[in-house]
Amino acid sequence: MADVVPAKLSVQQAMTAGGAPSSSKAMAEESIAFDIKDFSMWYGARQALYDVTIRIPAKKVTAIIGPSGCGKSTFIRALNRMHELTPGTRIAGDLRLFGDNLYGPEVEPTVVRRRVGMVFQKSNPFPTMSIAENVLVGLRLNGLTQKDFLRQRLEESLRMAALWDEVKDTLGRPGISLSGGQQQRLCIARALAVKPEILLMDEPCSALDPIATAKVEELIHSLRANYTVVIVTHNMQQAARCSDKTAFFYMGKLIEYDETRAIFMNPANPQTEAYVSGRFG
Amino acid sequence: MTTATDTFEPSRAYQTWRKWKSHGMGLLLGLCAVAVMTPLFLVLYFLVSKGASALDWNFFTQLPKPTGELGGGMANAIVGTLMLLGMAAVIGVPVGVMGGVYLAEYGSDRANYWIRFAADVLNGIPSIVWGVVVWALLVVPFKTFSAYAGGVALGFMMIPLVMRTTEEVLILVPQSYREAGLALGIARWKIITVIVIKAALKGIITGILIATARIAGETAPLLFTALGNNYWNHSLSEPVAALPLQIYNYAISPYEDWHRQAWAGALVLMVMILTLNIIVRVISRGHNKSN
Amino acid sequence: MSQSVVLSETTPLTAATSRWPDRSFRWLAIGAAFMIVVLIVLVGWQLSRGAHLAITTFGPGFLASSKWDPVTDEYGAWPFIYGTLLSSVLAIVIAVPLGVATALFLTEMAPLKLRQPVIMIIEMLAAVPSVIFGLWGIFMLVPWLRDHLFEWIAHSWLGYLPFFKGPIYGVSMLAGGIVVAIMILPIVTSISREILRSVPNLQREAAYALGATHWEVIRIAVLSYAGRGIFGAAILGLGRALGETMAVTMVIGNRPEVSASLFAPGYTLASAIANEFAEANSDLYLSSLFELGLVLLLVTLLVNTVAQLMMRTLTGQGAGKVK
Repeated sequence: MADVVPAKLSVQQAMTAGGAPSSSKAMAEESIAFDIKDFSMWYGARQALYDVTIRIPAKKVTAIIGPSGCGKSTFIRALNRMHELTPGTRIAGDLRLFGDNLYGPEVEPTVVRRRVGMVFQKSNPFPTMSIAENVLVGLRLNGLTQKDFLRQRLEESLRMAALWDEVKDTLGRPGISLSGGQQQRLCIARALAVKPEILLMDEPCSALDPIATAKVEELIHSLRANYTVVIVTHNMQQAARCSDKTAFFYMGKLIEYDETRAIFMNPANPQTEAYVSGRFG
Repeated sequence: MTTATDTFEPSRAYQTWRKWKSHGMGLLLGLCAVAVMTPLFLVLYFLVSKGASALDWNFFTQLPKPTGELGGGMANAIVGTLMLLGMAAVIGVPVGVMGGVYLAEYGSDRANYWIRFAADVLNGIPSIVWGVVVWALLVVPFKTFSAYAGGVALGFMMIPLVMRTTEEVLILVPQSYREAGLALGIARWKIITVIVIKAALKGIITGILIATARIAGETAPLLFTALGNNYWNHSLSEPVAALPLQIYNYAISPYEDWHRQAWAGALVLMVMILTLNIIVRVISRGHNKSN
Repeated sequence: MSQSVVLSETTPLTAATSRWPDRSFRWLAIGAAFMIVVLIVLVGWQLSRGAHLAITTFGPGFLASSKWDPVTDEYGAWPFIYGTLLSSVLAIVIAVPLGVATALFLTEMAPLKLRQPVIMIIEMLAAVPSVIFGLWGIFMLVPWLRDHLFEWIAHSWLGYLPFFKGPIYGVSMLAGGIVVAIMILPIVTSISREILRSVPNLQREAAYALGATHWEVIRIAVLSYAGRGIFGAAILGLGRALGETMAVTMVIGNRPEVSASLFAPGYTLASAIANEFAEANSDLYLSSLFELGLVLLLVTLLVNTVAQLMMRTLTGQGAGKVK
């Protein structure tokens, strides 16, 4: 696993080794998951996002990269309205999910969050619940209690999260009895169980060791077939390895957004170039 | 593997139910908060409405009248309470503060664990037990109820309280102060008294005031020690009147006038306690900004 | 450049400086801390000594006997133990749900501006002395209970239960429970708040991200996480409740009876001592009261120690053992 190699070289390596295949021809035909126009966000008086305009495609992995404090976490949390948990936040602009305005006056945040799932930087399984209960909690909340359905969904989600084989005999064990990497995959299974249309991942591997990270990255590859994934990462090799498109944020602004290959091999913006070549950040 | 066409959509009605349930529970929680605050308002309202009307100059200057006679006051009880608090402080403050000094400056981790545990145990002893113990200790051998027995009982209760608060604030004093003193060759005890305690003085004083406010209202320890007195107390080895005692005795008596005076006494006592608490808040305001 | 300040070049390093102020100060501190231990021993010793006569006269049957007769000099602690336990349990049953709900309201729902005033009001409740609650209890609570709440309960379907039968005096076990509940509300609320605040935000976010409503987040992420801690808070509240004397004495009726009805007057260990200690005219009477005190002490100590241990292991738990 190429993890201990200096930034400059390894991005090239990653691109040629196992990077995401993408064809620019397909861009025109893809459907758009998120259509975002002039989106801004404020924390109180401080502006965190400036007029972000971006169209995130469906059934692809989009990576959000940038130095600390550039607004990438803020941006991703706006995609499922999680920023509203902090008092004093304000948004402006247009953000649509498959055509539906996420911030419309009649829209319930709880519904948004069911359609747009999230995996966090630090795994957070519910400690008082077993592995099975953790995976199914989202379904139970929505009133689905039919045993067969739940059992099927449980297996499905755990398989998708590449965790089924490891836990299928110990589903009753507490969720926190798993290792760090397994817990994160459990959280992914939990998010997937409610069949969201989008899966947001906020630096999902930053608390994991390289082997666990590799497993999660494999997972992301396989999710592409059925889910739209938006992943925030500070690890550029990871972005290069896993994503189809990459967005580079800096100081709350979207600087450049293109096919991943283009961003890393041939960035148009000098700031992007400076970041991906490791000159800052 | 099933695909994303397998999505379900829970019924509109169920989602609405979830939403309203959430609102309903929120309302319930808020109502509980209101319910919790209500007794305070009720008590204060009664204290003020029933007590204020009974307060007059007589109340503060006169002694209780004999049973059945109207009028009189609780002058001796007010003075008695102050006396008892003073005596309690004489025991509680030095022992409590020095105990806190031990925990913060001298104690090993193991010793501290047990002493803190013991202090918590002492804090949990019912106040009536203190009364019984001090009775056996000071009233029986000397064959008299006395003011100092009451003071001792209250003082004993004060010790663990003051000890814990003192320890807490002493620990907060930065280690660099002590090191600076040591580096200058100052004797350890001087460092502690002149530098450390001085730095933590506000906290220590607020701790003492809080403990005082706590014991000012205690009745049970005084029942068989200070006993109460319808006249002025002339010597520490005589029984002495105290506000809580007087309130209690009047409240359970059958006389209307005494009930009235009990409310007045309760109001005075509450004002004393609230004043102490307000002083504590004023002192701490400049001290820390945290919640 | 360091420049050491030399006070006197000729001060010999080995000059004998008087060490006794330091030493005696240290011994003062040790002595003060040791006083704590002395006090505990003192309490235990005095109570045991005083109770000795009753212990040897009645033996363990004392705890189960319901006979309390100063005339024939026969005593038994059961009605008081029953009263103490029941009134304390009632207090917990009332105070814990209310306290936890209030704590939840404060930590999860209330806008910031509302929090401080509410917290202050609850803390003021803690400053009110027991005897003043008793005063209010006698003249406000008990008449209201007698004329309104208890009447209402007796006439409702609850009146068919054995807990709500019998004559209504107002002064009763339930009145005692209510008054003690009010007194332990501040500590239960305050500790519950601490516990709820220690629930990591990440847990709440996990629930929100699944599309849970506010209440569902509280239920799944906060309450279940905090469950053990809240139980500890309840036990701590129980410890407090057991020791309450004055307010209970003034509203519980002070009749040494064991009755299933909550409307019936009761008697607690502490109240018995408070009421009868001064009038105990025989050695056995006095000693029995001492034994009541000893029982009260031991029960309170046990409950408080259990609560302390629970709270200690819990403050070590918290953030979960993510490897």
